[in-house]
Amino acid sequence: MNSAESSPRPGPRVGLFVTCLVDLFRPSVGFAAVKLLEDAGCTVEVPEAQTCCGQPAFNSGDRATTEALVRGLIDAFEGYDYVVAPSGSCAGMLRTHVPDLFEDDPATAARGREFAGRCHELVSFLVDVLGVRAVPAQLERHATYHDSCAGLRELKIKRQPRLLLEGVAGLAVTEMQEPEVCCGFGGTFCVKYPQVSTKMVNNKAADIEGTGADLLLAGDLGCLMNMAGRLARRGSAVEVRHVAEVLAGELDAPPIGRPADA
Amino acid sequence: MQPTSLAFQSKASSALADPNLQAALGGIKTGWQRGRILAAERLPEFEQLRDQARDIKNHALANLDFYLEAFEARVLDAGGQVHWARDAAEARRIVQEICEGAGARTVTKSKSMIAEEIGLNDHLEAAGITPVETDLGEYIIQLRKEPPSHLVGPAVHLTKDQVADLFEQTHGLPRTDDPTELVGQARTVLRQKYLAADVGITGANFLIAETGSAITVTNEGNAELTQGLPKVHVVIASLEKVIPSMEDAFTLLRVLARSATGQEFSAYTTVMTGPKRKGDLDGPEQFHVVLLDNGRTGMIGSKFQDMLRCIRCGACMNNCPVYLAAGGHAYGWVYVGPMGSVLTPQFVGIESAHTLPNASTFCGRCEEVCPVRIPLPNLMRHWREEQFKRQLVPSTVRQGLGTWGFLARRPALYRLATRVAMGVLGRLGRKRGRFASLPLAKGWTVSRDLPAPEGKTFMQQWRQRQRSRS
Ligand code: SF4
Repeated sequence: MNSAESSPRPGPRVGLFVTCLVDLFRPSVGFAAVKLLEDAGCTVEVPEAQTCCGQPAFNSGDRATTEALVRGLIDAFEGYDYVVAPSGSCAGMLRTHVPDLFEDDPATAARGREFAGRCHELVSFLVDVLGVRAVPAQLERHATYHDSCAGLRELKIKRQPRLLLEGVAGLAVTEMQEPEVCCGFGGTFCVKYPQVSTKMVNNKAADIEGTGADLLLAGDLGCLMNMAGRLARRGSAVEVRHVAEVLAGELDAPPIGRPADA
Repeated sequence: MQPTSLAFQSKASSALADPNLQAALGGIKTGWQRGRILAAERLPEFEQLRDQARDIKNHALANLDFYLEAFEARVLDAGGQVHWARDAAEARRIVQEICEGAGARTVTKSKSMIAEEIGLNDHLEAAGITPVETDLGEYIIQLRKEPPSHLVGPAVHLTKDQVADLFEQTHGLPRTDDPTELVGQARTVLRQKYLAADVGITGANFLIAETGSAITVTNEGNAELTQGLPKVHVVIASLEKVIPSMEDAFTLLRVLARSATGQEFSAYTTVMTGPKRKGDLDGPEQFHVVLLDNGRTGMIGSKFQDMLRCIRCGACMNNCPVYLAAGGHAYGWVYVGPMGSVLTPQFVGIESAHTLPNASTFCGRCEEVCPVRIPLPNLMRHWREEQFKRQLVPSTVRQGLGTWGFLARRPALYRLATRVAMGVLGRLGRKRGRFASLPLAKGWTVSRDLPAPEGKTFMQQWRQRQRSRS
């Protein structure tokens, strides 16, 4: 394991952007992220003033609220070497969309671009920026990995989680027929168009079950909750976890949507 | 065509309950979607070709007036005529006048989305002129009195059996469900109409400024007959179809066919330049080009300019999980799928179509496959911004967003509120780990359980941990 003391330079100072879903629904993912980052030599801090990346407002066409929230984040993460989030979708918002905000405010726009350049999704940050090639995790399970859309298409996250999962002792990974097809979550989409969303998540659930895996992993809690919710409703035995939990070996919390004593 | 886009939700629900439609849509995945992937794999320079295609269209759009004037001059040189139509009504009137001038009773048409956009068929029929669709798919939906459900395959929503039933009823021949025989039947019926038609109307995939030609591609060769047999030929096309040269057209055609169906090239590429010249064996006596604006020049310089690059290949819909579930008719107007979700609000007004840019998870697959790299999700988001600005967002959604935004801007208050809420939800959900139903979350719980929160928020636990560490 990589430790901060033994490395010649002090590791980077990382501000963890927890993301609202992890903060509210699944704190274990946040702690797994802290562990992975610290193991890789980072100093991790969690700025108090963070809330949400603004995506719900942004995708609802509410630019004013989006910009107010993003401005708050830019302030909260001022001075950190990196801003890391355990979500491709929130990191995608910060990295790829923030540079297009603040059209009428050049000073903030410039700060936004500088901030965006420091933002990363957790797993791609470990692999691409820190050069992590393996984690000392172990898990005797058969998993499949879903490529969440924003991570895949906005941040090109595909190979990084697979690389690290390959190194998890005891873990077998079988690919779905269509790991890159959207699960039908889409933020507010899933409640605005529940029938279409259901069709999509049902196709996804069938694809997951078809792999024979007993564990579904992905890097975005929104998609995970959607798929876990549908799998549970179908009576499926497949368990669902955020990829960071497996990589960090933090498996104390029950799988997503399962009771503590099961 | 009156837009019915606001009914997207209910139409999508009926589409999901229609097994024929679902089977037909499933065919797109195994057919065109797969075809595109294989075609792209076979051509190592495909991605570069897409960049070139995007650049050609961007260049043409940046110099649109120049290339349009050049195109007009070349058409006139070749003995043809150019008619400028500001809007749909003007375009319909121009086409009607040309038809009346030729004393036309029947006109043959090969596939044209612009004809759909301006509602040409209904207009001609009302004027006592019978339009005959010669593209097989268009012919089928004309018989069924339906709008197209796809850019490339207007009748893609039908199964072979449904077409067999339709032909049995209309052709009065013994029922067959053999595809070749079905096509043969349609051909026989259409051949007679080609010969009887006074005017042929075609669309255009590209207009070539260098030569004054219009180019259209088909897989049935019907455009050749539509433009070659009648004595008057009308091309209807929108302004943004103009590109500089024939060479550009061939670059675009290479990405078009691969993106649309996975073919290296469409079966027939028809180049139409002016009327019949002295010594030509066939060809029309008159050659007209109707150039339609219909709001497009207003898109130049706007946030929606990128949309004018569209070459109507259909890849965005073939790869859209929402389109593949809901089908084309749910979109409620001429253009469907992701490209339709951007274009329809432009043509019919956001107040009549705001459902469409919202009918997307922003999964980004459309942008990923679009041969001219149109950022479709961003453009849909611009429509959502427009919708929000014009207060077209339902008040419940607005209030929900407002409350959430108010809290999220006040971290201390947000912490307190979320700590209390998650504490309650966590306790309620602890036993099962999830909720099968929850007030205010019906849209979610109607078909899936809602995973329960762990109870304490991350921020709460983190603070405790920091305190115990120090
Ligand atoms: S938007 Fe792109 S993918 Fe869709 S039809 Fe137009 S060119 Fe093809």
